[in-house]
Amino acid sequence: MAAGPLAPEILFHLGPVPISRPVVTTWGIMAVLVVGAWLGLRRARVHGGTFQTVLEIVVEALATQIRDVIQREPWPYLPLLGTLFIFLVFANLSAIVPGMKPPTGHIETPAVLAVIVFLSVHYFGVRARGLLAYLRRYTRPNPLLLPLNLLSEITRTFSLMVRLFGNMMSHELVIAIVAYMAGLLLPIPFMALGILIGLIQAYIFTVLATVFIAAGIGGGESE
Amino acid sequence: MESNLQVWSIIGAAVAVSFGAIGPALAEGRAIAAAMDGIARQPESVGPLSRTLFVGLAMIETMAIYCLVIALLLLYANPFIG
Repeated sequence: MAAGPLAPEILFHLGPVPISRPVVTTWGIMAVLVVGAWLGLRRARVHGGTFQTVLEIVVEALATQIRDVIQREPWPYLPLLGTLFIFLVFANLSAIVPGMKPPTGHIETPAVLAVIVFLSVHYFGVRARGLLAYLRRYTRPNPLLLPLNLLSEITRTFSLMVRLFGNMMSHELVIAIVAYMAGLLLPIPFMALGILIGLIQAYIFTVLATVFIAAGIGGGESE
Repeated sequence: MESNLQVWSIIGAAVAVSFGAIGPALAEGRAIAAAMDGIARQPESVGPLSRTLFVGLAMIETMAIYCLVIALLLLYANPFIG
């Protein structure tokens, strides 16, 4: 029986550590992003060239979206959330390069991203409100709801992970099944749908992370 | 006994996905219909409405994805089949 979508695909070993395909793809995406940003901003000027303008448009659009959700200055949160979105877009769309598989289609990458979001919610929350005020959030609106609030912290992180993983992996599986049954041309519309799904999932993951952080730091400047 | 368990796992996976998709499908339909209604009444509110719609759809969709995960666990990582 073929290995299921839950089993990692080991490419090679680095000493005793097995290196799987999603890890290699992630390294590749990281290298592309870092080199791209370095090339675009190597000689950053006020009146920059085309590539610098494109990067600035991306950053401005992300900042506007984050500002709309959390209702305050987006710049402390932009490095995390913007990197998350751009990485997810590249990771989800890496399937359109022949021979590559999206690393988000395996459970490890979404799990790590969800843990990063989980930790950063607490970090930003404590930094914005102070520790006691942040912990008091869990007893709102009633201390009886404390277990439910704690449970929702875990379940929403889990569902964040499972949503991304389930969407990307099931789409990969659908394409594999269609290609197995119908051969050459029929998978193409499904792959076009995959571009849409990848973009939407990257957007949803980032918006949910933004909403969680916004809930952690409290609504607006008025509080 | 072994093959019996496998057959029931496959049936369980199919039932989980098929029936688990009904509720979220109906719910997403209602959510999108309500958002369409709101956009038709107030076209200028399309930005916040669509963002909230996406977040809500993601929440609703989670239920269907839980069913998918159960099905995958039954098929690929079943603890009762060696």
